Amino acid sequence: MNTLKYQSQAVAKPYFVFALILFVGQILFGLIMGLQYVVGDFLAGAIPFNVARMVHTNLLIVWLLFGFMGAAYYLVPEEAETELYSPKLAIILFWVFAVAGVLTILGYLLVPYSTLADITLNHLWPTMGREFLEQPTITKLGIVVVCLGFLFNLGMTILKGRKTSVNMVLMTGLIGLALMFLFSFYNPSNLALDKYFWWFVVHLWVEGVWELIMGAILAFILIKVTGVDREVIEKWLYVIIAMALISGILGTGHHFFWLATPAYWQWIGSVFSALEPLPFFAMVLFAFNMVNRRRREHPNKAATLWALGTAVMAFLGAGVWGFLHTLSPVNFYTHGSQITAAHGHMAFYGAYAMIVMTIISYAMPKIRGIGECNCNRAQVWEMWGFWLMTVAMVFITLCLTGAGVLQVWLQRLPETGEALSFMVTQDKLSIFYWLREVAGVVFLLGLIAYLTSFFIKEKATA
Amino acid sequence: MSEKFTKGMARNIYYGGSLFFILIFLGLTFHTTKEMPKRDHRHNITESVERGKELWEENNCVGCHSLIGEGAYFAPELGNVYVRRGGEAGFKTFLNGWMNAQPLNIPGRRQMPNFHLTDDEINDLAEFLKWTSEMDVNGWPPNDEG
Repeated sequence: MNTLKYQSQAVAKPYFVFALILFVGQILFGLIMGLQYVVGDFLAGAIPFNVARMVHTNLLIVWLLFGFMGAAYYLVPEEAETELYSPKLAIILFWVFAVAGVLTILGYLLVPYSTLADITLNHLWPTMGREFLEQPTITKLGIVVVCLGFLFNLGMTILKGRKTSVNMVLMTGLIGLALMFLFSFYNPSNLALDKYFWWFVVHLWVEGVWELIMGAILAFILIKVTGVDREVIEKWLYVIIAMALISGILGTGHHFFWLATPAYWQWIGSVFSALEPLPFFAMVLFAFNMVNRRRREHPNKAATLWALGTAVMAFLGAGVWGFLHTLSPVNFYTHGSQITAAHGHMAFYGAYAMIVMTIISYAMPKIRGIGECNCNRAQVWEMWGFWLMTVAMVFITLCLTGAGVLQVWLQRLPETGEALSFMVTQDKLSIFYWLREVAGVVFLLGLIAYLTSFFIKEKATA
Repeated sequence: MSEKFTKGMARNIYYGGSLFFILIFLGLTFHTTKEMPKRDHRHNITESVERGKELWEENNCVGCHSLIGEGAYFAPELGNVYVRRGGEAGFKTFLNGWMNAQPLNIPGRRQMPNFHLTDDEINDLAEFLKWTSEMDVNGWPPNDEG
């Protein structure tokens, strides 16, 4: 059965499938690291912590990029009401990105990082060895090429088709993503400048242009599942992304508190980043309002659940947990503690992992020719996956928050001489780390339930 | 939202607001980069400090440690390790001994790999960490434990 409006939307499928495969890898490496937090020498020879962490975070970034690309290939033709400009280019770029990604991860795992730096001629243009930007320079160039081809393909599609607000916002977000990534090639020997512009990639991605991508995908899904008038939904979308950029651009200042930067950033960063929860709160109102005012009962209940879930969890993770430590007098004590880790986990899961699973939930049944939605049994499995993963992530966040509060209390608040050292403090946090690891295992079970849902068929009725 | 507030108005706020704050951000960035030389004492970046930063990067130190609070939270903060571990008098000796003693192989303890650095390289790394610790970063961290 063919259930796609435009056949070229099917190119999203390999992107979604590969994204979920990488997601599994991310979680497995997360569990290894979680265990290394309490059993320090676990696999220390084979997979040192720094390698596991690099794989964990890079897989996250790459699977989200695959997810965003799949989302765009699915959504843009439908919004533009025309076939994708070049499905062939989309498939070629998929393989280029997938092969480059796999080779990079294998490089991390199979040779020492310094050897990888040698092999890939890092000394010619050193960009490696900075948090989240560990990829060899050649991989970074590959990412740029893939992004350019991807944007060209989408741009040509939109040019020949209908120009909706959802498409324009999504494009702005994706162009911003590619543009800000260029700062990853700037790595001066002055650490202060290096860090200042490193945030142009990291912050202006996740607290800037990625929010446009998230908003656009959420708006698209809400138009589809609620049947509410496009004008209303697009108005909300503009309000949300206006708040996101108005707060988020100067909100970058919350990373410039403790850098060789003027102290005015402590005021600017605190005030504007304190406003950063607003767009996420608006997303919650938006999602629930639209679903309440729905004009149709869409049979894909799971997709609606993901859409509501991502809004709530993004608000909690990015909004509330971000606010917890964003004011400079608080951040002075919490900067670089387990509080940061707690925030990072829930924010990435809530805002970005969940929005990708939202569009996958909506699009995959159509791409696979199943219809508007998966069968009821499959949806039940999917919703089990949703709840197990989400509740597990709440517990992971609470455990890390507990660890962070205690860490600040023991290591940061007392004076020099009174304060416990880092390693002694870590020993005292072990109960939190053990509980976090248990929650991590539950997360994996949720992920298994979620993936199982793709293989569940309706029982044959006798 | 009310009917009087149209999509067009929302769009204008988005474009206008974003552009306005992008310009302010660029202006502040310009000013900040002009001010930074006073605080980052870049005139003290020697070739040794530069090599030290490259060693820091090519061994992915940030995969376990944090540096001025950014990085991983698995191993101690190193932005002020120079101060914590001996300073002018003892840091270089400490670092050389520490790097060569890895891995400690204490059962159950978090393990640092041995990166097989030469004495010169360890010296460069020490120079980089010393330079880092001497930046004016508005008083962070709160105490020597980092």
